[in-house]
Amino acid sequence: MRRAGVVALNTFREAVRDRVLYNLVFFALLMIAASVAVGQISIGIEQTVIVSLGLSAISVIGLLISIFLGVALVSKEMDKRTLYALLAKPVRRSEFLLGKFAGLVLTLAVNTAAMALGLLLAMLYVKHSLERSDTVVLVAVYFILLKLALIVALALLFSCFTTPLLAILFTVGLYIAGLYVQELRNLPIEVMSPPMSAFTKWLSYLLPNFENFNVMAMAAHGRVVPGALILQNTLYTVVYCTIVLTAAAAVFSRRNLK
Amino acid sequence: MPDPAIEIENLTKEYPFGFLHLKKRTSLEGLSMQVEMGDVFGFIGPNGAGKSTTIKLLMGLIFPTAGSARILGKPISDVEMHRDIGYLPEQPYFYDYLTAAEVLDYFARFHDLTAADRKDRVDRMLKKVGLETARKIQLRKYSKGMLQRVGLAQAILHDPKVVILDEPMSGLDPVGRREVRDIILELKKDGKTVMFSTHILSDAETLCDRVGVIVGGKLRGVGAPGTLVDMKTLGMEILFELTKPSNVPLLSSATRTGECYRLQVPEQELYGAIEQLRGAGARILSVSQVKATLEEFFMNLVEADRAQGAAVEVSEQ
Ligand SMILES: Nc1ncnc2c1ncn2[C@@H]1O[C@H](COP(=O)(O)OP(=O)(O)OP(=O)(O)O)[C@@H](O)[C@H]1O
Ligand SMILES: [Mg+2]
Repeated sequence: MRRAGVVALNTFREAVRDRVLYNLVFFALLMIAASVAVGQISIGIEQTVIVSLGLSAISVIGLLISIFLGVALVSKEMDKRTLYALLAKPVRRSEFLLGKFAGLVLTLAVNTAAMALGLLLAMLYVKHSLERSDTVVLVAVYFILLKLALIVALALLFSCFTTPLLAILFTVGLYIAGLYVQELRNLPIEVMSPPMSAFTKWLSYLLPNFENFNVMAMAAHGRVVPGALILQNTLYTVVYCTIVLTAAAAVFSRRNLK
Repeated sequence: MPDPAIEIENLTKEYPFGFLHLKKRTSLEGLSMQVEMGDVFGFIGPNGAGKSTTIKLLMGLIFPTAGSARILGKPISDVEMHRDIGYLPEQPYFYDYLTAAEVLDYFARFHDLTAADRKDRVDRMLKKVGLETARKIQLRKYSKGMLQRVGLAQAILHDPKVVILDEPMSGLDPVGRREVRDIILELKKDGKTVMFSTHILSDAETLCDRVGVIVGGKLRGVGAPGTLVDMKTLGMEILFELTKPSNVPLLSSATRTGECYRLQVPEQELYGAIEQLRGAGARILSVSQVKATLEEFFMNLVEADRAQGAAVEVSEQ
C-alpha cells in the first residue's frame, strides 16, 4: 500500500511537470468571458447559464484528461520501458497499477477542485453573493469527479490488454454507452425473447451507469441533491472501480513486457 | 554448501507470431545453469542469442513457457526477493521529467530506508557513477552514456546481494567502461554476486570467475574463461622490422602494418624462421605465443550455428 502511494505521488508529479494543469488557464478564461457576457445580456438566468456552462466545461476537460492520460498511464511506461527498472524493485504489478490510478485521480481531484473554485468565483461575480443552496454545485462537481475516476479505471483496464488507440476508442464507446444505460434498463424486456431479455438485463448492469451522476439540471436551478444519492454514487464508484482495477491487475500481472 | 545465488532450470521462452499466433519462435531453449554466491558471471552470445530474454525472465518482466528459476533460494515470482537484487535493463530509460537525483530517490523509496539514508545513498551513488555535476538536470537532457550511468546507480543503490546487469558497458566511453569494471570488482570484493551480459569478450575474460556462452537460445558452454577454451598454443608470432629491402620467401606470408611485419609460424619452425629473418637483416621486436582466446571459441560456435541455420533454411524451402 505504501509502495502504491509512492507510485501515485510520482504520477501526480509527472502530470504537473507535463503541464497538465495548464488547462486551468483555459477554464479561467472561459469563466471570465462567460461571466462578463452573462452580466451584460441576461437578467435573472445568470445562475443557470454560468452553472451549466461551468459544470459542462469541468466535465469535458476532466473527461479529456482522464481518457487520454488514463490510457497513457501504463502504456507509456511500457513503450518507453521506464517500467523495467521499476518492476525490478520490490513492488507488485497490482501495486503499480493502483498507484497509477490513484495518482491520476489525485491529479483530477486537484484540477477539478481548482475549477470548482473558479466556478464559485464566477457565480459570486454575476450574483454578487453566494447562498447555502449553492453548495449543490459542489455536489455536482463531486459527482463529476466520481465519474472521472470510473473512466480512468476503465481506460486503465483497456490499456492493459490492447493498443492505446483501441483503448481510447473502447473507453469513449463505453462512456457513451454508459450515458444511455437507463434507457436500456427501461426497455420492455417482457416482450423480448428470454435470451434477449437476459442479455439486455446483464448488459445494463455490466455497463457503467453515468445517468445518476448527472445532476447538472438540479444544480443549475439550485435544487437540493438528496444525501442518499450522494452515498449511492460514492458506493457505486468504489465498488465498480474495485472490480475494474482487479480485472486490470489480473490481466497486467500476466502480461509479458516487450 | 550454500544455495547458489541464481539457479536456472530448463528455462524456455517461446514467442508466438504469425496468423492467430499459431507459430512459435523459441528465444530460449531449456536453459539450465547456476551462478554461485560471490561469483562474477559473464553471459556472452551474439545479437539475438537470448541473453536479455534470460535476464528479463529472471526479473519477472516476462514469463517462461516452461522451466523455473530461483534467486537466493526464492522463486522468481516472489517480488519481496527483489529487495536483495539489483537490475540494469538493456538500454535503460527513466522518467525524463525527473532529474537523476529525483529518479534515484524515487527508486529508493521502494526500499525501507529513512529519508536521511535515502539522501546519503543517492549522493554516494551519483558520485560513484560520475553524475554529481549533472544531478539537477532532467533526464530528457541526458546522453545515452549518462542514462546508462543512472541505470547502474539505481541497480546498486540499495546494496543488493545479487546484481544483474544487461550490457553494462554499452554506450559508455573508455573511462566509463573502466569505472564499470571497477564497480563490478568492488561488488565482488564486498561479497556480492554479479551476473552481466556483454559483447566485449575481453571484459568477460578479465572480470569473470565463470562465463556462459549462449548461441541461438541454447547454452553452449559454461565454465571459467580459461577452461572453456582449449588453451593449447596455436603457434608463435614474430614481430619485426626490415632495415633494408629484402625478398626472403617468408615475407610473403607476413602481414605488414606501418613499418612492422607480423609473421605467424608453427612452434617447431620458430628458430628456422628467425635465422632466415636475421639473414635478411631484419630487426626482431618480439616473439610471442598465440593462444586460442575466448573470442575464437565464440567465433567457432557462432559460425557453426550459422552453418546449421543455413541448412535448416534450405530444407524448409
Ligand atoms: N517481444 C518479443 N517478441 C518476439 N520475439 C522476441 C521478443 N523479444 C525478443 N525476441 C526474440 O528473442 C530472441 C532473443 O532476443 P534477446 O533480446 O534475448 O537477445 P540478446 O541475446 O539480448 O541480443 P542482443 O545482444 O542483441 O541484446 C531474438 O531472436 C528476438 O528476436
Ligand atoms: Mg540483449
